[in-house]
Amino acid sequence: MFGIISSTSFAGTLVINTDTSDAAPKEAFEYIIKKFEEENPDVTVKWNVFDHEGYKQSIRNFLNTDPPDVANWYAGNRMLPFVRAGLFEDVSDIWKDSGWVDGNLSENMEHAKKSMTIGGKQWGIPYTYYQWGVYYRKDLFTANGISVPTTWDDFVAACATLKAAGITPITIGSKYLWTTAGVFDYLNLRTNGYEFHMDLTLGKVPYTDPKVQAVFDKWDELVKPGYFLENHAALSWQEALTPMVNGEAAMYVMGNFAVAPLKEAGLRDSNLGFFQFPEITPGIPMAEEAPTDTVHIPSKAKNKTDAKRFLIFMSRADVQEEINKILGQLPINKNSSVKKGDPFLAAGLNMLNNAYAMAQFYDRDAPAQMASEGMKGFQEYMSNPDRRQKILERLEKVRQKVYK
Amino acid sequence: MELNNSKPKRITWWQKNQVKISPWIFLAPGLIFFSIYVIAPIFVSIGISFYQWDGLSPSTYVGLQNYIELLDDEYFYISLWNNVKWLIFFMLAVPIGLGLAIFLNQIVFGIRLIKSLFFFPFVISQVVIGLIFTWFYQPNYGVIAPFLDLIGLEGFSILANEDTATYGIIFAGLYPQIAYCLILYLTGLNNINPEQIEAGRMDGAKGFHLFWNIVLPQLRHATFLAIVVTVIGALRSFDMVAIMTQGGPYGYSNVLAYYMFEQALSEYGYRMGYGSAIATVLFTIMMFYILFFIYRMYRNEREDNN
Repeated sequence: MFGIISSTSFAGTLVINTDTSDAAPKEAFEYIIKKFEEENPDVTVKWNVFDHEGYKQSIRNFLNTDPPDVANWYAGNRMLPFVRAGLFEDVSDIWKDSGWVDGNLSENMEHAKKSMTIGGKQWGIPYTYYQWGVYYRKDLFTANGISVPTTWDDFVAACATLKAAGITPITIGSKYLWTTAGVFDYLNLRTNGYEFHMDLTLGKVPYTDPKVQAVFDKWDELVKPGYFLENHAALSWQEALTPMVNGEAAMYVMGNFAVAPLKEAGLRDSNLGFFQFPEITPGIPMAEEAPTDTVHIPSKAKNKTDAKRFLIFMSRADVQEEINKILGQLPINKNSSVKKGDPFLAAGLNMLNNAYAMAQFYDRDAPAQMASEGMKGFQEYMSNPDRRQKILERLEKVRQKVYK
Repeated sequence: MELNNSKPKRITWWQKNQVKISPWIFLAPGLIFFSIYVIAPIFVSIGISFYQWDGLSPSTYVGLQNYIELLDDEYFYISLWNNVKWLIFFMLAVPIGLGLAIFLNQIVFGIRLIKSLFFFPFVISQVVIGLIFTWFYQPNYGVIAPFLDLIGLEGFSILANEDTATYGIIFAGLYPQIAYCLILYLTGLNNINPEQIEAGRMDGAKGFHLFWNIVLPQLRHATFLAIVVTVIGALRSFDMVAIMTQGGPYGYSNVLAYYMFEQALSEYGYRMGYGSAIATVLFTIMMFYILFFIYRMYRNEREDNN
């Protein structure tokens, strides 16, 4: 019934808005839209590509005023405002109905279901994610006799060795703040574990808690001896790649998207490597950062029937496999295979398959205001470690305001 | 015929009031758009500042909560203080612009070309200037890096240091602002009465005296205008901050205009009420200044008419 009504006025036009303005994501969507149209000859896709940064503003407008039928976004707390404002469609039926997809979706994407669930319902379909960890210069490690560190002591010792050799141990560009949250998240996940990360980002623990202090104690061990790149506050994450490419810096705590620009700048599999962020508190199960990209149906969409077909299409193992081959990222559907011959993806897949749990990222798990103040605080701390107490007290004040 | 003439012509209401009404008709389009796009938003914005609203969900009335929070907000004071720095140091554009204008106010071959070159920075978009100065300041790679090395500040980053970031941005902002003041003074200098200068010379005025007592008073209007545009420029210093530091490091180069944007409209913001409260404070500061400006203008016009 519904299908008939909607197809009379909008016969088979599916409007898709995405923020895939970067080369690889754009190519990936070009590919899947073409494939979707081939499989569904009755549907014509109208695809609007927004600038990646501008999209964050535009989506708030178009969901209300000119809603497409499908829009991409991110999992976790990032979609909470839209869900709460009733702008995203509940798509729990896609997750439940195994008849629509090849096999049971809830089972095939079990590890991602939690980050798509708000209030017991699912609000979109995840199609890609990627790992975070430490990217490093293999040749610099070899030249200084360092092996890949698996414990915190080894990691700090490696930093000391590199620093003594005149190499910046860890590069970082914190101009846009979020890179600092990657470091914080990993220190927190390794010191206190995944549950504490979620408690903190959900506002259940004060920032002045001794466990948070413990995270900064570890951070001190890196910041105080100057193991991070100087002037990081003036650099974007891309600009901070330069010292690593030039061999002036050895490591970067980053997401897998850093591999492409590093390789473009001349690094190869032979001198660029990846390792899991080392263990800090022994015995704490290793959780990882794995931000997930998703597709949603706006609740004001005109052609929800075809939008659902598109979401189901996006959840399929073969489709996710193809998208992620182009993106150079990891598929969510566990029946998809991963691009062969990419050591970074292989390492990431292996790591995430064995992960105890997956955090989205500080700024996706925590509400926007807390995230913004938190990351500002992290950046200030990295430039002035002696202000730690003042910063934590300020963040605690913000926490009490944000989570009322 | 004579009888016809003696009969008084009926004067319509329109004919009677034409002179009074027609200016309003001509003003109407401007007034309507000014009210819709300038006046009304001011009141709407002040209204929003009493609410908590993310721009999507329904808003809740919170009274003065946003303002109370503002009083306890460290970043707000940092931004306010930076606005003061902007007001003070941005003023340098006025004397520098005047100096350059006097320097360029001579008749030499090709002076028109040189004048237009000096005016050039004003034509370039603020965004481009911000971007280029960011590259200039780039530690180790930037144009000024060798000079910083000379004074022992190797690898120093102006924009990453909380003490220098604001000055770095103001300096970049001065670049087009000086050109603006320059052009104001150049036009002012064109209108100087040569007879007065001659008279002054005959009375023995020279050099600085001549400039201070005879030239500068005649540039009064240009000076006034230059100060006005510079103050407004300083208070709305948004684009430079957005391009060069985004308020960083950790909010230390923020100004009220950008902080408002950050809270209300940036990626992590969407606190419309709080942003509006900041806007209201900024508006109040500007209002003091604008009222003073209108009063001055009113007084000047009366003086000129007398």
